[in-house]
Amino acid sequence: MRRLVAHPLFWPLAALALLLVANGLFNPGFLALQWRDGHLYGNLVDIANRAAPLALVSLGMTMVIAVRGLDISVGAVLAIAATVAAWTIARLQAGGAGGLLPLFAAIGAALGAAALCGLWNGLLVVKAGMQPIVATLILMVAGRGLAQLISDGQILTIYYAPYAFLGNGFLFGVPFALFVVAAVFTALQLLLGRTALGLFVRAIGHNPLAAHMAGVRARAITPALYVFCGASAGLAGLLVSSNVASADANNAGQMLELDAILAVALGGSALTGGRFSLAGSLIGALIIQALTTTIYSIGVPSQVNLVVKALLVATVLLLQAPRFHLQMQALLRRASLLRRAPAKQP
Amino acid sequence: MSTAAAAATLRMRMARRARDPAALSLAATIALFVLMSLIGGVLYDGFLAPQVFLNLLIDNAFLLVIAVGMTFVILTGGIDLSVGAVVAFTTVLLASLVERHGWHPLAAMLLALAAGTCFGTVMGLMIQRYRLQPFVVTLAGMFLARGAATLISVDSIGINHGFQTALAGLRLPVIGAASLSIGAVAALVVVVVGAVVARGTQFGRTVYAIGGSEHSAALMGLPVSSTLVRVYALSGFCAALAGVLYSVYTLSGYSLHATGLELDAIAAVVIGGTLLTGGSGQVLGTLFGVLVLGLIQTLIAFDGTLSSWWTRIVIGALLLLFCLLQRLLVRRK
Repeated sequence: MRRLVAHPLFWPLAALALLLVANGLFNPGFLALQWRDGHLYGNLVDIANRAAPLALVSLGMTMVIAVRGLDISVGAVLAIAATVAAWTIARLQAGGAGGLLPLFAAIGAALGAAALCGLWNGLLVVKAGMQPIVATLILMVAGRGLAQLISDGQILTIYYAPYAFLGNGFLFGVPFALFVVAAVFTALQLLLGRTALGLFVRAIGHNPLAAHMAGVRARAITPALYVFCGASAGLAGLLVSSNVASADANNAGQMLELDAILAVALGGSALTGGRFSLAGSLIGALIIQALTTTIYSIGVPSQVNLVVKALLVATVLLLQAPRFHLQMQALLRRASLLRRAPAKQP
Repeated sequence: MSTAAAAATLRMRMARRARDPAALSLAATIALFVLMSLIGGVLYDGFLAPQVFLNLLIDNAFLLVIAVGMTFVILTGGIDLSVGAVVAFTTVLLASLVERHGWHPLAAMLLALAAGTCFGTVMGLMIQRYRLQPFVVTLAGMFLARGAATLISVDSIGINHGFQTALAGLRLPVIGAASLSIGAVAALVVVVVGAVVARGTQFGRTVYAIGGSEHSAALMGLPVSSTLVRVYALSGFCAALAGVLYSVYTLSGYSLHATGLELDAIAAVVIGGTLLTGGSGQVLGTLFGVLVLGLIQTLIAFDGTLSSWWTRIVIGALLLLFCLLQRLLVRRK
């Protein structure tokens, strides 16, 4: 039992389970899964499907935070990728291209643009030596402007059936978006677990100087992680724009950077770098989406969501703070002493 | 002292100034402001009218007040992302108290200022006592303030109280027909007070010392922990004051007011020459940072053919330019 509680994923999983069970108690049909028309339906599938874009961004954010970085431009990058995809499809269709060519061209162009954004962030951090929050602030401010430049300030609508598969399609009865998340997660997990990369990332995050002394090439690894973070935001942009069949340069991925950081923190990764958990971040993204769904389903005004998230961040932060641990331990000790003291009297 | 000696000391002082990265950066900002004004004057008729420049202050009064508070936070090496949300919360709180609960605007303003200061203090305590990262704590604060604002009212509330409309209509003549609003005057007062506090008080000197090195500041016996908390309290107060000015300026309270204002404030502080690593910068620079941001918008408005999103791209580019300039200056030093 004690070992179970000590497992890093115990608390995130417990929080998620608590949320889902509470929902199941209030709304008996909540946890039901149905197989209809060859598709899996139910609130659980819905939560996982809606959490997919956030989950992808959280994976990228986890890697960047692991090396003491931060990327607050992910929302803007998502908007850029979505706009580039919509723009490419419209252009190719106007040029008379048919079949699956626009689909692959859109995916390639969007991911390319997003990776480029990530490279830009990574170079500013590593080559120019800027603080990550400032370096990515530049793209956060300018990114949506660039996206609007491409879309000419319009919301681009996508009239192209194959593209809808990314965000709405089903594969083996399960939403396709979940396969995308699973593929990225598995690839990353293998890359970090089976090669020395995971060790290098932890080394840079725990102590950059020591890592440098040990010969870890942080100047090559860090930009690569920013590129990955950008690309994962781009992938999320593809899912989002495919899901709603349009790209909104101004509002797509609004506040996404905050949700992604929250997901990483909820998943038990240290926001100061070094210690990270990819599975934890996935669970964090699921918790956030489950929370949103819960708030909608119990009929509380959706604005409460912001307050709940704020209190959640504050709690998680305090629980992570060493000084808070000490204070709580001192309190508990005092309480147990007080309880024992009267017993000693005859 | 002979004139030669006086000239020599002046030259020495100038030389020292020239090596100070903050002073150089400030000079670059002022030069940029003058250059942009001249370009505007050449390109567009009536650009150099006094009222155009006074409008910069009138339209950006709330941004200026926030940016002064942000300057102190950034000087300690921290950041405050909650300010835009606090502005929105303040406008909603004011509008709701005045319009729905029959409060006098003045009383509501005092309460809002107290609320903002308390909010900042709590964030400061979390940052200082539990060693939490400022950006995460103030991010949570941003969620909380926006959420609280929507809890008070989802819809926009108009303010029709006579006192508030009278404040909004008040104009202070400056030169000829040109005039300043009460909000712009308040913002200028905040800048002057901020500059004096930064340079001439123990609190200000401690802020600079913390930004230079928190550890050394503590070893010197400076009140590091209380100053850190007070810096965030000050930023919260400035944000609430900006919210009051915003509600006078727009005569409304809305939870979606001032979205992204924190980014503008940070950009203004950086463009004004304050180092984001802390320890170096001036409140006066922030004034020019805000003016440059305002001038970009004025230029785009005068042009009339450029789309609004160019504002964001240009601000991003300027941010990049000044960040790179700072790195260069710091490295040379």
